[in-house]
Amino acid sequence: MILQVNELAFIYPGRSVLQEINFSICQGNFLAVLGVNGAGKSTLLKCINRVLKPCAGSVFIQNNEADKLSRREIAKRIGYVAQHHESVGMTVFDTVLMGRKPYIQWEASSKDLEITHQALKMLDLEEYSLRYLNELSGGEQQKVVIARALAQEPNLLLLDEPTSNLDLKNQLEVVRIIKRVVRNQQIGAVVSMHDLNLAIRFADRFLLLKNGEVFAAGGLEVMTSENIESVYSVAVKIKEIENVPVVIPV
Amino acid sequence: MVVNRGTDIYLRYTGRKKLVLVVLAFSIIIMAIVAVNAGSMNLKLYQVIQSLLGNGSDVSDIVIWRIRLPRILAAIIAGAGLSVAGCVMQNNLRNPLASPSTLGISSAAAFGANLAIIVFGAGSISSTSTDAVTINNPYFVTVSAFICSMIATMVILLLARIRGFSPEAMVLAGVALSSLFSAGTILIQYFAQDFQIAAVVFWTFGDLGRIAWPEVAILTGIVVLAFIYFMFRRWDYNALDCGEETAKSLGVNVERMRQGGMLVSSLIAAVAVSFLGIIGFIGLVGPQIMRRIIGGDHRYLIPASALMGSLLLLVSDTLARTMVAPVVLPVGAITSFFGAPLFLYLLVRGYQK
Repeated sequence: MILQVNELAFIYPGRSVLQEINFSICQGNFLAVLGVNGAGKSTLLKCINRVLKPCAGSVFIQNNEADKLSRREIAKRIGYVAQHHESVGMTVFDTVLMGRKPYIQWEASSKDLEITHQALKMLDLEEYSLRYLNELSGGEQQKVVIARALAQEPNLLLLDEPTSNLDLKNQLEVVRIIKRVVRNQQIGAVVSMHDLNLAIRFADRFLLLKNGEVFAAGGLEVMTSENIESVYSVAVKIKEIENVPVVIPV
Repeated sequence: MVVNRGTDIYLRYTGRKKLVLVVLAFSIIIMAIVAVNAGSMNLKLYQVIQSLLGNGSDVSDIVIWRIRLPRILAAIIAGAGLSVAGCVMQNNLRNPLASPSTLGISSAAAFGANLAIIVFGAGSISSTSTDAVTINNPYFVTVSAFICSMIATMVILLLARIRGFSPEAMVLAGVALSSLFSAGTILIQYFAQDFQIAAVVFWTFGDLGRIAWPEVAILTGIVVLAFIYFMFRRWDYNALDCGEETAKSLGVNVERMRQGGMLVSSLIAAVAVSFLGIIGFIGLVGPQIMRRIIGGDHRYLIPASALMGSLLLLVSDTLARTMVAPVVLPVGAITSFFGAPLFLYLLVRGYQK
């Protein structure tokens, strides 16, 4: 078990965002977190790595309670990619090197540089290494921040809508990379997504959120047209085209 | 080696940044040599060297050891301190306009000086001096300015702690406090005598000539300690540049980092302003110039900002002493006069790769 979430709740003053969230994932699992805007997807991700402090419940990372780990210890276990990223005069290499931050005491070692280099290589970013981040396209930038998360050598990846704002080609590429890394390195991924087709095609676990509560959780069997209709208030049909499941609003 | 090509390219890239640091350091040394030889007292080079080696005449010893050297060191240390404080504030507040005066420190220090000079009578006229106005109790003025600027800092940091202030709110609180202290200054000056106002205005002009060895020592101690602290935090500052949430996910305690950074940089600014008066622009422009030359990596940006601040203030002060010698122009005005066009040029040119 890589991640176990028990009875998690988060309340902004006067408004409950998440309540009674329970789920868990194992090594090699790609969990898609689905739900309408404001359902609590981003908040859930931030509560897992304690960017936000949950109001109740517990999170276990590889059987360690997150509450009892320091920020640095959590950062060695969980790589996080926020929905929006920023950069002030940093090159691609420097950005990915930041993934080694939890390990660096005084100065980056040659091992840190080598891991950074490998992360760049894995995502085909070597040629951009000395370009400034803001000179790259949206798809390339997204790959850079994923490379940073991978440089953390995490056991768990938290990705907040990694495919929004990307074109079709880059959407597929980014999700395929996540899938490949999760499978090859036997880590877990919790990915919030809006694109149901990408989710149903690539993810193997699903968490449907509705009004801050878990509406359904499990494998492909929970992705029924009834469940999707209740969560999104849109009637859908699920068809298979050349063995790929597709969600079609009707 | 083919295996490590990727990291080799990167190491060559960071090597170039180190080279920039070395060039800057050498420029400061050369400028310091120029500065120690410059001045209205026409000392020959050999007289300067003899004095530095301890075999000079009495007159040249006084000029070199009592006047020029403390002044040059003050320029180097205060320039480095103000610039590095600006660098950290720009990062911590995530605001390119942040500088040591952002949290209202300059206005608060000016208010403190007004309070000491006008209300408690630390200023007077003296016709024997070359300056018409003297401040007859400089230590009292310094302490008063320092206390007021630290009060401004503490109020904002306390508000930030209790109310969970965002960086924007901290900047706005700084603007509010700044105008509050300015209003206080106006009220005090309204009821003051002419000569007191003259003394206060004289204090407000930044002047490196006010400083002697004991003050240089205090300033050096604080700036060196602050610099070491900032260098320990340099990876945290880099992480913050990736975004606040990302920094937290990389293991940085953002709130604690921000409190520490703001407190230490405010301390530098408060000490510098209290000893030297208001020297504007260095804290804003020093780090911004270096950001455009070597990029935003704080491993290099922090030392580079310090060196650039030293160089800017040393050049400005040497110009201030020599342009219309024997009159010494206020260095605060000179820094802006030469810094602003340089900065505008760099803005137009954009970021260098």
